[in-house]
Amino acid sequence: MSNGKFGMYGGQYIPETLMNEVIRLEQQYEFYKTDPEFCQELQHLFETYAGRPSLLYYAEKMTRDLGGPKIYIKREDLNHTGSHKINNVLGQVLLAKKMGKTRVIAETGAGQHGVATATAAALLDMECEIFMGKEDTERQALNVYRMELLGAKVHAVTSGTQTLKDAVNEAMREWTSRVQDTLYVFGSVMGPHPFPTIVRDFQSVISREAREQILAVEHKLPDMVIACVGGGSNAMGMFYEFIPDDLVQLVGCEAAGHGIETDKHAAALAKGRLGIFHGMKSYFCQKEFGQIAPVHSISAGLDYPGIGPEHAHLHDIGRAQYVPITDQEAIDAFEYLARMEGIIPAIESAHAIAYVKQVAPTMSPDQIIIVCLSGRGDKDVAAIARHRGVSIHE
Amino acid sequence: MSKIENAFQNGSAFIGFLTAGDPNLSKTEDYVLAMADAGADLIELGIPFSDPVAEGKVIEAANVRALKAGTTLSKVFDLVERVRSKTQIPLVFLSYLNPIFCFGYDAFFQRCAQVGVDGIIIPDLPYEERDELLPFAQRHQVHIISMIAPTSEARIKRLAQDASGFIYLVSSMGVTGVREKITTDLASMIQTIQSVTDVPVCVGFGIATPEQAKTMVQSGANGVIVGSAIVKIMEAYGEQAEPYLRDYVNHMKASIQA
Repeated sequence: MSNGKFGMYGGQYIPETLMNEVIRLEQQYEFYKTDPEFCQELQHLFETYAGRPSLLYYAEKMTRDLGGPKIYIKREDLNHTGSHKINNVLGQVLLAKKMGKTRVIAETGAGQHGVATATAAALLDMECEIFMGKEDTERQALNVYRMELLGAKVHAVTSGTQTLKDAVNEAMREWTSRVQDTLYVFGSVMGPHPFPTIVRDFQSVISREAREQILAVEHKLPDMVIACVGGGSNAMGMFYEFIPDDLVQLVGCEAAGHGIETDKHAAALAKGRLGIFHGMKSYFCQKEFGQIAPVHSISAGLDYPGIGPEHAHLHDIGRAQYVPITDQEAIDAFEYLARMEGIIPAIESAHAIAYVKQVAPTMSPDQIIIVCLSGRGDKDVAAIARHRGVSIHE
Repeated sequence: MSKIENAFQNGSAFIGFLTAGDPNLSKTEDYVLAMADAGADLIELGIPFSDPVAEGKVIEAANVRALKAGTTLSKVFDLVERVRSKTQIPLVFLSYLNPIFCFGYDAFFQRCAQVGVDGIIIPDLPYEERDELLPFAQRHQVHIISMIAPTSEARIKRLAQDASGFIYLVSSMGVTGVREKITTDLASMIQTIQSVTDVPVCVGFGIATPEQAKTMVQSGANGVIVGSAIVKIMEAYGEQAEPYLRDYVNHMKASIQA
């Protein structure tokens, strides 16, 4: 990597106020990522606190039901705090501590990254403030209270569309006003360099484990690896160690909301244009004259107008494919996995399951799919019930 | 090459900011002319953006108002064209990078030159990334205004050496918005800048009162930039803001002229 670019994507499009800080962050990260003590501490947290390695589960019933390849599920939902987000925050908050920071801030969409950051901050004795779109604080009220229980202060962001994009805006504003003692813990493989690289490296534990696990049981690599993509951190983590394996197909599932033929979607690659926003050059859903478009997804975690720059690059060079999955397809997959395998997925992860349902019947039984189940679905149960017209009290 | 240097012919410069299209484009035209008439030396015109991440609440709200009123980049260019038939006051844009990128760098700077925009401030374009625009800006003789921040430290000299037009010295950490106190040691930053360049230094972020403006000039600044305090007048008086705007600009210019 040079200059924080992946092909033509990425970069550091941020105010001068933050430049010295991101340069320092890069230098510190370059040092600590190979520092044996840092690596050992992080590994210890992964094993004793986060519950790693996560299981690679053979979904036998689903495999039989779909009548195609063997389907393996990488169970990031079984991590502490219930999603893959913990991998990245343990790394970043530990890094912040090594850098002498005493406070972390973060954006959150569904609340998963906020909860994970608040958790790591509690464990590592850091002050923590979370920015969350007001609409999301309502969609995910339980997660707001969870963060508060963990000692974090949650700011409901009322500007713009009141969702993830606006939470990022507000967290960036906060960071420019207080960089000395504070690290902005980005939740996805986005933002200015070095964040897309840092987050990808901490998340790549997913594919490192999955690759070993599948080789141990099947003695061969999978034919296809599937993950959902908002900013794209679980997908980058799930793809990364498979990138050199040319024969492994990589598929990211974008949120198509009501459908990419409507204007209610969050499919940055399918429908977005090249742009520069939130510190990076990548694809974004935009209106005329470069205004960032309001986006829609039933999933608060995928409700973001952009995609991480490394995904844009993988898309361009044809190394990964990206497919749109609608709200309805995700809901069907959410219910399908619950009944078929007794696993309630996060509605984000259900987008990946939905694609497994579509693609598996077109593949053969001697093939293998690994799908990343990035989070558990407890947080979505009330919303899905509402969608089905069932009123329940949380 | 530039009209920007004219802004510094009349003592310390007063630079006033307006969000184009707040409350509407025809009023913005009137207000630019009124500010020029009331003693402003340079006008900074903000191109409204959906996600102005370097702005505080006041200017963010102005961006929302302007976009609601149907303001677009091409309409803002047309506005400048109309203004230019009536005044030669130096004029710079403030824009986030995406609207410029989306318009096309060459087309954007060509249109700037055509309508008479002398420079551009891009809050999300640091020194390291500006090479992708600079050739186009230079081809059309539009200055990219360099920003220097309280955290710039060892970067100051390099940024200052390569600056043109004027230097935008950010007074404080954080986003735009009125501040009661500015605690950065600006005098020593200004000294460092002036030790390597003759390009004028203007201080912005948080300046609202004549006293603050005067202090900046006493610290060695060649000019002051006022945004949120003016936008607050827009917020309060909308289409009836002209007399208040004139009065304010008058007072501010007087405070730094003495």
